[in-house]
Amino acid sequence: MAKIPTPEELSNISFQPPAKGWMDTKPEFKEGCYCNAASPKWLEWLDYPYPRNWSVRDEDWKLPANWKEILLEGFDERLGRFRTLKLFMDICVRCGACADKCQFFIGSGDPKNMPVLRAELMRSIYRRYFTTAGKVLGKLAGARPLTEDVIKEWYYYLYQCSECRRCSVFCPYGIDMADLTILGRELLSSIGLNIEWTMASVGSCYETVGHIGATPQAYKDMIDFFAEENERVTGVYTNVTYNRKGAEILFIVPSGDYFADPGTFNYMGYLLLFEYLGLDYTISTYAAEGGNFGYFMSHEMGKRLNAKFYEEAKRLGVKWILGGECGHMWRVCNQYMSTWNGPADFLEEPVSPITGTKFENAKNHKMVHISEFTADLIKHGKLKLDPSRNAHIKLTYHDSCNPSRAMGLFEEPRYIIRNVVPEGNFIEMPSNTIREKTFCCGSGSGFNGDEYLEMRFRGGFPRANAVRYVRDKYGVNHLACICAIDRAVFPPLLDYWVPGMDVIGISEMVGNALVFPNEIERTTDLRDRPLVGCEEAEEEEGGEIE
Amino acid sequence: MTDFFKLHFFIPLGIVLALIIIPYVGYMANQQLVLGVVIPYLAVLIFLEGLIYRVIKWARSPVPFRIPTTCAQNRSLPWIKKSIGEKLDNPETTLQVIGRMALEVLFFRSLFRNLTTKLRRPADHPEDAKLYYWSYKWLWLGAIAFHYTFLIVLLRHLRFFTETTPGFVQTIEHVDGWFQIFQPTVYLTGIILLAALTYLLLRRVYNPNMRYISLASDYFPLFLIMAIGTTGILMRYFFKVDITAVKQLALGLVTFKPTVPAGIGVIFYIHLFLVSVLFMYFPFSKLLHMAGVFLSPTRNLANNNRWVRHINPWNYPVKFHPYIEHENKYRQAMKEVGLPVEKE
Repeated sequence: MAKIPTPEELSNISFQPPAKGWMDTKPEFKEGCYCNAASPKWLEWLDYPYPRNWSVRDEDWKLPANWKEILLEGFDERLGRFRTLKLFMDICVRCGACADKCQFFIGSGDPKNMPVLRAELMRSIYRRYFTTAGKVLGKLAGARPLTEDVIKEWYYYLYQCSECRRCSVFCPYGIDMADLTILGRELLSSIGLNIEWTMASVGSCYETVGHIGATPQAYKDMIDFFAEENERVTGVYTNVTYNRKGAEILFIVPSGDYFADPGTFNYMGYLLLFEYLGLDYTISTYAAEGGNFGYFMSHEMGKRLNAKFYEEAKRLGVKWILGGECGHMWRVCNQYMSTWNGPADFLEEPVSPITGTKFENAKNHKMVHISEFTADLIKHGKLKLDPSRNAHIKLTYHDSCNPSRAMGLFEEPRYIIRNVVPEGNFIEMPSNTIREKTFCCGSGSGFNGDEYLEMRFRGGFPRANAVRYVRDKYGVNHLACICAIDRAVFPPLLDYWVPGMDVIGISEMVGNALVFPNEIERTTDLRDRPLVGCEEAEEEEGGEIE
Repeated sequence: MTDFFKLHFFIPLGIVLALIIIPYVGYMANQQLVLGVVIPYLAVLIFLEGLIYRVIKWARSPVPFRIPTTCAQNRSLPWIKKSIGEKLDNPETTLQVIGRMALEVLFFRSLFRNLTTKLRRPADHPEDAKLYYWSYKWLWLGAIAFHYTFLIVLLRHLRFFTETTPGFVQTIEHVDGWFQIFQPTVYLTGIILLAALTYLLLRRVYNPNMRYISLASDYFPLFLIMAIGTTGILMRYFFKVDITAVKQLALGLVTFKPTVPAGIGVIFYIHLFLVSVLFMYFPFSKLLHMAGVFLSPTRNLANNNRWVRHINPWNYPVKFHPYIEHENKYRQAMKEVGLPVEKE
């Protein structure tokens, strides 16, 4: 793996563009800043075109002989299918309002990471082949011929956009780079260019239980283990049923919540909450992946993976679906699911069996967010919570890109936080870095690969910088979030930029605070860390703790 | 100065200078009829047809997904209340969408959010790099100033196209000309228009990243509109032309009884020619953002997917992994660990 520069070196960012014009500047595939090529195996699994062994660093990417026709035909087809594409190709005035809004530009200083110029990489091709001015005037009209170098540039920069939509908040015409990135990546896929991390996740998710390629039995094992862990910490065994027909609710979470810390603690939190409520729910070994990396490859692949949700809900005969804490899963479920795979008329309008609240806002796609569900419970006084059990957690809250800018989920998680931690323990980051202006973790849209670490640290720099601000000023020691990619990628990012920060899900804190009538004396949180006031007791026991 | 910049800056500049010379030559060759009647008619024709053609072309592509950019809280539990601002930044109903669009079109709402980002890295503590974000309204102000003064200037010109000047035009003239130091009355809008254009041009040239991304199609309209504004001001205050004759020509155009009165100075024909070029150029340029903003799917849709299904007209069935294949693959193992199965 590439040596990662120190934070000191990495923050030495120049915002001076190169002396040569951008059309004459080729991307430099620097170790740590590009995603590896997908291996042919995954493409074969998924019937993706042109599976082959190739490497980004090779001069020859072994493109199919007629790659240019394929790509231009695909472009043309998409212009006819997506008004967004057609419009966003035409109306940009290059005002530059988006430029310093992108965390990848802020973190790298590379002008092609200004959303406006990233889009121009595609627009220049559009102009050359689909507009008269571009055909006639060429470069003067901002057009350029499609070459392999252009393709390499697309590959490099369309995988330095995490589809976070921050630029589209500031664009006076609402030009959404995320939409262009998705379509650009689709075009790259059409000539056999895909990235390994995403394709491996998609392939595994398609055929097995989730991104990590677990088997149903291994999956069950992991969840059962959380139930035992819950019993060990709280004295309450959290019953889980799998693939149970006739359950009222199907619960779907991203796999990040069951295969790696600190997501696993969040899963323990979900289970505790449901046990507390006696909720009639089940989880599926088939629709076991909430995350949808297919959406990072193409609209079609997103749909193919998402199909499992409604299929399984129908097969099990549940009434509605409850979704865990995940970012892009909720963009998909909010903006695409019912259009792709609906109508979900075999499900019922979600109603909380505990409070009787009708989730009228979800009556079409029939899916409720765990934060809405929990906030409603707290509001109705259905949970006995002891915030002092989270007293060791002084936190700030990271609005994940997708629930923020592709849904508008801001208040529910904040309401829960205020109810599960002691007053004064929740500190917001500066207002220009949260809510709709939130920054990406730097690893969204399939960038979790380790080969990409330097660029992840660059993209995550603005977020980490804001976290550091509240750490230094208020002594914040936790970053809370409702996204599984966040929980997977923030620990290394914050270790790098802001050492000493822990990452935590909202449901984990709910699990910590829930007071069960039959619980044992709680001395630790779900991570076996001593609660405030119990530190000494822990030490006396001789501490096998961490 | 990069070759890229030279190409995209100087060629449009040269073209606009040429566009000034062409009507001058035409005037000298007594082509007033072409300059004053044929070209303006042609320009309006191209403008209207081009505009309609482009909008229809956009509209023919469907909106397969409802993807509004949500800039505030979405509809949620009944006790999570939204302010009016939040309703307009994340609209749930058509009425709120209209509100959002009105804010966007009339007040440039999104641009009003603009921030500037600065990285400060103290030389003696390089590890203490800090990012700062400030509200940055200059671009918004420049854009608002340009668009509104341009609109007012355009409306003031209605005086030439109507027999008796409409009341609202007189009101505009009155307000616009409150700064009565000189004779004739100086219209502030003309000056603000040129100042705003100058600002928009300078930021493109002086900000290295703006210069890096700017194309000929960004400079050309700036130069062109600056030339239009300048010739207009020159005509009004310095090289005066016979206003009655100009009005006669304009009225002739709108009543389809074109006449070319004698005695109108060349500066008028230059002004008119540049305006005609702007009209002809408009539908084929980025200036079309004026129409495009209304069609932008991230702005003109309600964020109501969760309770109203959006239909994609070309939605097609896809191959997915059905449950039964999942079970077929793992049946034995599933049974062993007690997971229910469909087929024993």
